[in-house]
Amino acid sequence: MTATTSPPSGPLSLKDLAGDPRRQNTERIVRAILTLAAFTSVVISAAIIYVLLTDALSFLASIKLSDLGNGIWAPRAARFGLLSPLLGTMWVTLVAVVIAGPIGLGAAIYLSEYAKPRVRRIIKPIVEVLASIPSVVVGFFAIRFIAPEITEKIFSNSPSANLMVAGIGVGLLTIPLMTSVSEDALRAVPLSLREASYGLGAKKVTTVARVVVPAAISGLVAGLILSISRAIGETMVVFLAAGGTGTRPGSPLDSGITITSAMASVASGTDNVVGAGNTFSSIFFLGLVLFLITLSLNVLADRFVRRVRQKY
Amino acid sequence: MAISTPEITADVVRAKLLGEKADISGAAFKYLLVACLLVVLAALVALITSVSGEGLEVLSTRGIADFIQRPYSIRPQIAGVYQGIVGTVTCAIIVSIFAFPLGLASAIYLEEYATDNWFTRVVDIVIRNLAGVPAVVYGLLGYALFVSGPLSNLTGGSSVLSAGLTLSILVLPIVVITSAEAIRAVPSNLREGGFGVGATRWEVTRTLILPNALPGVLTGTILGLARALGEAAPLILIGASTSGFSGGEPGDLTGKFTALPNLISSWSKLPPKNWTGNTQAAILVTLALVLGINAVGIVLRNRFEKKK
Repeated sequence: MTATTSPPSGPLSLKDLAGDPRRQNTERIVRAILTLAAFTSVVISAAIIYVLLTDALSFLASIKLSDLGNGIWAPRAARFGLLSPLLGTMWVTLVAVVIAGPIGLGAAIYLSEYAKPRVRRIIKPIVEVLASIPSVVVGFFAIRFIAPEITEKIFSNSPSANLMVAGIGVGLLTIPLMTSVSEDALRAVPLSLREASYGLGAKKVTTVARVVVPAAISGLVAGLILSISRAIGETMVVFLAAGGTGTRPGSPLDSGITITSAMASVASGTDNVVGAGNTFSSIFFLGLVLFLITLSLNVLADRFVRRVRQKY
Repeated sequence: MAISTPEITADVVRAKLLGEKADISGAAFKYLLVACLLVVLAALVALITSVSGEGLEVLSTRGIADFIQRPYSIRPQIAGVYQGIVGTVTCAIIVSIFAFPLGLASAIYLEEYATDNWFTRVVDIVIRNLAGVPAVVYGLLGYALFVSGPLSNLTGGSSVLSAGLTLSILVLPIVVITSAEAIRAVPSNLREGGFGVGATRWEVTRTLILPNALPGVLTGTILGLARALGEAAPLILIGASTSGFSGGEPGDLTGKFTALPNLISSWSKLPPKNWTGNTQAAILVTLALVLGINAVGIVLRNRFEKKK
């Protein structure tokens, strides 16, 4: 190969160092392909924003804006009270995060800091199994188990399908996400920090709570925000288990709808989906609201994460 | 003086460090953490048992083969999940074809090729935000693009092709992010070593980075696929059939379709007395499929981790 050729006479130019032109060519082609692949995501985002904006605006143009203050969300009856799905989403998310946040974090700390490698190898896949259970299955579980066995026994005079039942289901679904993101963050903390803490005579609990968790906080916050975002966007559990009443919920024990379940119920009424005036385009408006909420949450999380990371 | 065994010494030292007091807060903290984990396990056990009782009965009295080979019917005794299985498996194939190469390529670009310019920053922000977009919004996008929009001639409207493409877009950011994380975790001295012997960037990526990043990439890919196959919400918007229809055969990419999660969803809204057994049986079939894919991924990953 090139090693056997004699060195060029005279002073070296840049061309002599440029390498095999064929390899350079491959390099250029690969770079172009990879750049193009990365660009698809930008195209997808632009398409989402374009689709949501155009259809949502045409929906808003077709109704009076005061209609959004209506007490009921019932698009087939041309009643578009936005507050019902918003409040429903808030309750479901609150219940879900109260469940998934602490449990997910606790499980993550155990797996990362306490579990022996052998135990971890058994438990980690089990948590992953929970992560891979389809949300519609959890929805079914919420109707047939969480409602009769848990919520109806504690809160006896509430409807069987309500926002809390759905929230518990959504929380269950969110735990693995919280656990895996948090565990990754905790394990990324360098061992030397723990050793330094032990070297100063700190107990395990002190080391974990005062050293490891603060060092991993950016990842933990990211996990929590991702969980909230996932809970807000979860559809099937709520669609099946939250009751589906379009009135404003006063408490999590009321039957209700969320932004997502309202979209699913309009879309699943297959017979009069298309052509029913602004009924169908209303879900693009809901989609836009949902998109804006999750987007601003993400941006907020991102800022927070960056600030903490700089300090660390 | 007799030399004490190491364990006794360790206990003595620990006791001295703690000031001869038991580490109550430490123990309490640990048991709290174990309790968190037990809740997760208990929930999983409750979930599996509550969906398997009548389902197993249906599967054993009718036979699994009968249940998975019959199409949808309004009579619960002969209703099966054939069309759902075909739809879900076809979606899985479409996702594997589109999302995974594209996602891995994007991740390689972001981690190995991108310099800190405006394009990279835009792509980075966009992908992170796409990952937070709820599945049902992707359903809207899929509806606007593939069902009613410019590509509907190609996809045939509410078809399994539209569904598969929508799910591909849905999992793309997950694949990109997890792959990028796995690539980032490869130690940079490997890269430097590669560059040091004169390899080009692509040669370094192909021979040094990718083999080392593969376990992480696989995990992300498999979690992404499992999530895509379990999604019912986007497919509701694409227009998965919820009642009986003819067709739904393998290879029919542009006809009417349904998927397992959508069958479960519509069956759970039917009268429980006749349909609970069928719904549970459909759930068992879905879980077997989804968890099977997961098991393959986890086994693969463990093998790679061991090698490393």
